[in-house]
Amino acid sequence: MDTILRVNDLHVSFRARGGEVQAVRGVNFEVKKGEAVAIVGESGSGKSVTAQSIMRLLPSPPSFVKQGSIEFMGRNLVDATEAEMEAIRGKEIGMIFQDPMTSLNPTMTIGHQITEGLIKHQGMNRSEARERALELLRLVGIPNPEARFGQYPHNFSGGMRQRAMIAIALSCNPALLIADEPTTALDVTIQAQIMQLMKDLQQKFGTSIILITHDLGVVADMCDKVIVMYGGQVVETGTKWDIFAKPQHPYTRGLLRSMPRLDLPKGEPLVPIDGTPPDLLAPPVGCAFCARCEHAMEVCLNHDPELVPVGENGQTAKCWLHHPLAKEVQA
Amino acid sequence: MVRYWGGKLVSVIISLFVLATATFFLMKAIPGDPFTSEKAVPPEVKAKLMAFYGLDKPIWEQYLIYLKKLIHLDLGTSMKSQYQTVSSIITDSFGYSLRLGIFAIIVSVIVGVGLGVVAAMYHRKAIDGIAMVIAVLGVSIPNFVLASMTQYLFGYKLQWFQVAGLNGPFDYVLPVLALAALPIAYIARLTRSTMLEVLNAEYIKTAKAKGLKRSVTIVRHALRNGILPVVTYVGPMTANILTGSVVVERIFGIPGLGKYFVDSVSNRDYTLIMGITLFYAVILMLARLLTDLLYGLVDPRIGLRSRKGASS
Repeated sequence: MDTILRVNDLHVSFRARGGEVQAVRGVNFEVKKGEAVAIVGESGSGKSVTAQSIMRLLPSPPSFVKQGSIEFMGRNLVDATEAEMEAIRGKEIGMIFQDPMTSLNPTMTIGHQITEGLIKHQGMNRSEARERALELLRLVGIPNPEARFGQYPHNFSGGMRQRAMIAIALSCNPALLIADEPTTALDVTIQAQIMQLMKDLQQKFGTSIILITHDLGVVADMCDKVIVMYGGQVVETGTKWDIFAKPQHPYTRGLLRSMPRLDLPKGEPLVPIDGTPPDLLAPPVGCAFCARCEHAMEVCLNHDPELVPVGENGQTAKCWLHHPLAKEVQA
Repeated sequence: MVRYWGGKLVSVIISLFVLATATFFLMKAIPGDPFTSEKAVPPEVKAKLMAFYGLDKPIWEQYLIYLKKLIHLDLGTSMKSQYQTVSSIITDSFGYSLRLGIFAIIVSVIVGVGLGVVAAMYHRKAIDGIAMVIAVLGVSIPNFVLASMTQYLFGYKLQWFQVAGLNGPFDYVLPVLALAALPIAYIARLTRSTMLEVLNAEYIKTAKAKGLKRSVTIVRHALRNGILPVVTYVGPMTANILTGSVVVERIFGIPGLGKYFVDSVSNRDYTLIMGITLFYAVILMLARLLTDLLYGLVDPRIGLRSRKGASS
């Protein structure tokens, strides 16, 4: 499979009053054609910043890419001009945001918001774009598209708005779709529908997907590969089977234990991860998770571990426990 | 729809009635009468004049007579210039005020919104600072000071414009500037603060993620949401400009309605005071209605029948 996106040693920081907030500190991953990759982590882990850096949507200043590259189909997006980015955004990479209540323009019809990108990128005229938009609305499961086309976002429910957002993001058949917590703001029943829709469309068009989420449950159904982020770094990667069945990083294990599961015996308490995420204004010298880790050793405090291969299927973990000299730990 | 406009009409009529009543009695509370300023009016002549205009009757009777005429849309004749009816004075002079007012409104909206948008786009940069200094000056300098200053500087010293009168298009520049300064400043500040908010909104990010140019994003997506509060200001702005023009017309010697209004008060020309006050009131109420209509046009979430709550 061809790699369409390769993120190399990406560092993104924000200039803030107290200094430099290092939101992303050396992220590496790649996305192959047709692959669905999940980036999982808690708030402030840098997952959204990573996604928005790919699209160059972060306001600059205060944000800046300190180091690293983002190669998308052979081009480095970090040094692309604004005009080059305009040609990529919406056309090659589509994006879906978290809150469909605020991510659609309240004073513009849904139809107009969908056709805008088509007219710009596909060189369609109004009526061609209208036809295509109606087709897209049908595709994302919005009934009666002719009537819905001329309506405003306030006439749509939350789930319907997110469907409309998906229609916008997919309108130009992008090679990559970035979904930034697409179901977080929705009801649980709607969440499942939206995930199913994205899965269907991905299979239909072979679009690659980066799914950003803090909800491991959302990942299971859809993604092939999982990237776990913590404190602006990737701490574990692997196939979803490996991540769920044999997590190798204490943080991933903590995440899984803090999630309710149907296959656990009744009455089994959920175990939260104690403590708070690291201060990215002054990140720790050693492992970022060290202060909250139940297996922390002396080495963790002063030396940052590398992401090392563990297991057979290309699983990697960024933890000293996988060093040959470390003691054996029971998961 | 019929109910909406019916309700509006009833409230307009009630407001006008209350206003007419209040103005009538306040006006009568001013010492003197239309004929006090004239020297040497023999007492018997004055008594005849008073009787002719019905001013010798008790106040409540005068009030009822006035209301009765008002219902028939008869504003009476001016007590000072006997050959002119109040309606003809209004129709003759309002043209000047209207043109002045419309130019001032257009200039305020265009310049105000422009300054606000530019200030928001270059937030915390030099341009933003300059625009906000202009805005503070506009709000804090009273229009009569601005009018006399510009009149002295550009009219008298530099002789770029005529000092007074309205004979050619250039004569509008100074009065319009004096009238528009405050609304420009106010609109610029309003636009800037909402635009700053709107530019951080998620849907602006969505627009950017579609690959739209920054200029397109601002004009197509941000501006319409950013000028909503400006639309609300159209009503009060019309009031500002109308009342402002009373003073400004006086300074620039423009024979508009404002000038007649000021004169009517100092002359205690009862019928003219009443007529112009009610006329201004009607204009202001029309401006209110216009605001409602505009709001519905700019923001699709607000319909005229929104009280029925078709959707939340």
